[in-house]
Amino acid sequence: MSVDEVLVMPDLRGHFGKFGGRFVPEALMAALDELDDAFRKAMVDPSFLAQLHDLQVNYTGRPSPITHAKRFSELAGGATVLLKREDLNHTGSHKINNVLGQGLLTLRMGKTRVIAETGAGQHGVATATVSALLGLECVVYMGEEDTKRQALNVARMKLLGATVIPVTSGSKTLKDAINEAMRDWVANVEDTHYMLGTVAGPAPFPEMVRDFHRIIGDESREQMLERFGRLPDVVAACVGGGSNAIGIFTAFIPDSEVRLLGLEAGGDGVETGRHASTIVGGAVGVLHGARSYIMQDDDGQTIESHSISAGLDYPSVGPEHAYLADIGRAEYRSVTDVQAMNAFKLLCETEGIIPAIETAHALAGALEIGKELGKDAIILVNCSGRGDKDVETAAKWFDMNP
Amino acid sequence: MSLLHEVFARTKSENRAALIAYLPAGYPTADGAVECIEAMVAGGVDIVEIGFPYSDPVMDGPTIQEAVNISLVGGTKSATVINTVKRVSQMGVPTLVMSYWNPIERYGLESFATDFHAAGGAGVITPDLTPEEADDWIAATDHHDVERVFLVALSSSDERISKVASVTTGFVYAGAVMGVTGARASLSDAIEGLVAKVRRYTDLPVAVGLGVSTPEQAHEIAQYADGVIVGSAFVTAIANGGPPAAKALAQALSQGLAR
Ligand SMILES: Cc1ncc(COP(=O)(O)O)c(C=O)c1O
Repeated sequence: MSVDEVLVMPDLRGHFGKFGGRFVPEALMAALDELDDAFRKAMVDPSFLAQLHDLQVNYTGRPSPITHAKRFSELAGGATVLLKREDLNHTGSHKINNVLGQGLLTLRMGKTRVIAETGAGQHGVATATVSALLGLECVVYMGEEDTKRQALNVARMKLLGATVIPVTSGSKTLKDAINEAMRDWVANVEDTHYMLGTVAGPAPFPEMVRDFHRIIGDESREQMLERFGRLPDVVAACVGGGSNAIGIFTAFIPDSEVRLLGLEAGGDGVETGRHASTIVGGAVGVLHGARSYIMQDDDGQTIESHSISAGLDYPSVGPEHAYLADIGRAEYRSVTDVQAMNAFKLLCETEGIIPAIETAHALAGALEIGKELGKDAIILVNCSGRGDKDVETAAKWFDMNP
Repeated sequence: MSLLHEVFARTKSENRAALIAYLPAGYPTADGAVECIEAMVAGGVDIVEIGFPYSDPVMDGPTIQEAVNISLVGGTKSATVINTVKRVSQMGVPTLVMSYWNPIERYGLESFATDFHAAGGAGVITPDLTPEEADDWIAATDHHDVERVFLVALSSSDERISKVASVTTGFVYAGAVMGVTGARASLSDAIEGLVAKVRRYTDLPVAVGLGVSTPEQAHEIAQYADGVIVGSAFVTAIANGGPPAAKALAQALSQGLAR
């Protein structure tokens, strides 16, 4: 597989190799075609691109800086650990990049209502934010379990004027929130856009969400060359659905000497079955409209995922990651709850940065690969979000409550 | 002619629509589902759709979600579904399976088509398999003599209707509402137009389902469609009154099928 072939993915029907595609009710096909059309036209329309750029700079606060995590680096075998600070974006994570793009598309399609699923609440907050900004009605579906562990973000969404609907079916987490959002979309597709929050789902979502996030890697690549005069040896990111990871990977895919490392949520450990590592521990299947690696039993029933991180607690993964794993361009590893929380605390104490627990999985990966590569290596980590929402969970984990 | 097409030919000659009933395998139990279907057939159901219970039924409303959940918690497996097909097709009615795509893909397309055919099954309805993704399925079903049913929706363009019709072999399933399964007080006026459009692209029977629950609705649909599909209403009847209630509903719906 040549790099050129990778770069033209997906094909016209949204396939990344054998992954991706569209497995949806016929009732949604017209809406997906409409979205696909609006997306392609917008991406070559200078006025759309100018509008998006203006928001990225003057609303989100882009470009986000790269921070040299000097004291943290000492713990990573002396390798240089750099943090791409998506946590400094308005709303506190990378998720804003995608919703600004999809928000503007919603206006262009003449739709007045948006729905979204959220796990950690970061995508829900971002969607509620852009809805307030653009004057759209906003409904967010969130697993009941997640409304509890991310209560701060529920309050934020409500303050921003969104309606938050707790989902009580199935595992009461992200997967079930997506099911409920899809049910809403089928019934209300006329006036409603489904603002999917990651690079999963039916085409064109994986490609579109990637293209709205690729600014992370585009900026990083330039910043690396400008400030460090070279590319990193490793680019690391956590992978739930995979949007922050694809966002930082994409610009580096042609640089075959740069290792791309995705860190999946290992929960109690892949060997226990209680995890969310779909590439490391799953099998090929179809969930939520696309073929990818999913967690399933022998009968094709989805197995509930487990992770301390609500944003990574998802039993599928974006099809482009499945493809990058298959062709060997990216490497995926699993990080347990314990490893992630250890890295979480280390970053707090060495750098004065409280990361999201999702991000902590990438940091744990950096500690590990830093030790493997030694002090000459440069590891660029996507610091995908800040940890305010996780303070309660962390305080409990570290037994810090009074 | 296949048994499925024989039944449509017969109901047509009787100047009525066919009654097509849906029930998930394993609901309320594996044996209970077969008993209920027996009662439904005795009450006048012409064609049976057996649901393949799935953990993530994104096209189903609360009634079928709940039934499927009861079935899965009760231990329903792929083998339960095939065995249910076997027992129901022995009743002499054309028996279809309605399944989300992943359970079939996991089973293996060739294996599923083989085992389904061996069990006496007539056809498979695949609501989240688009024609664009169906090449391997078309090959497997052709090879094993299994009918394919795809869906059209109120939002489908002419181009899509023609594409769906071209890969369908059993009957075209026209969704009566934009939304998930579940009884509705009123159906869209546009459904008659959709059925008429489908007929421009195929001579196959067209059946209408999603949201249909009353004899009045069945009667209205029977005036222009070849089949009336009812699901959630049977689930609710069974929850409230078991096989006798299912039989009574089938009888009531049958009254509405005449043209
Ligand atoms: C801060 C942060 N990082 C990562 C993720 C995981 O999503 P993705 O894999 O799409 O980047 C989330 C999801 O909520 C998040 O909030």
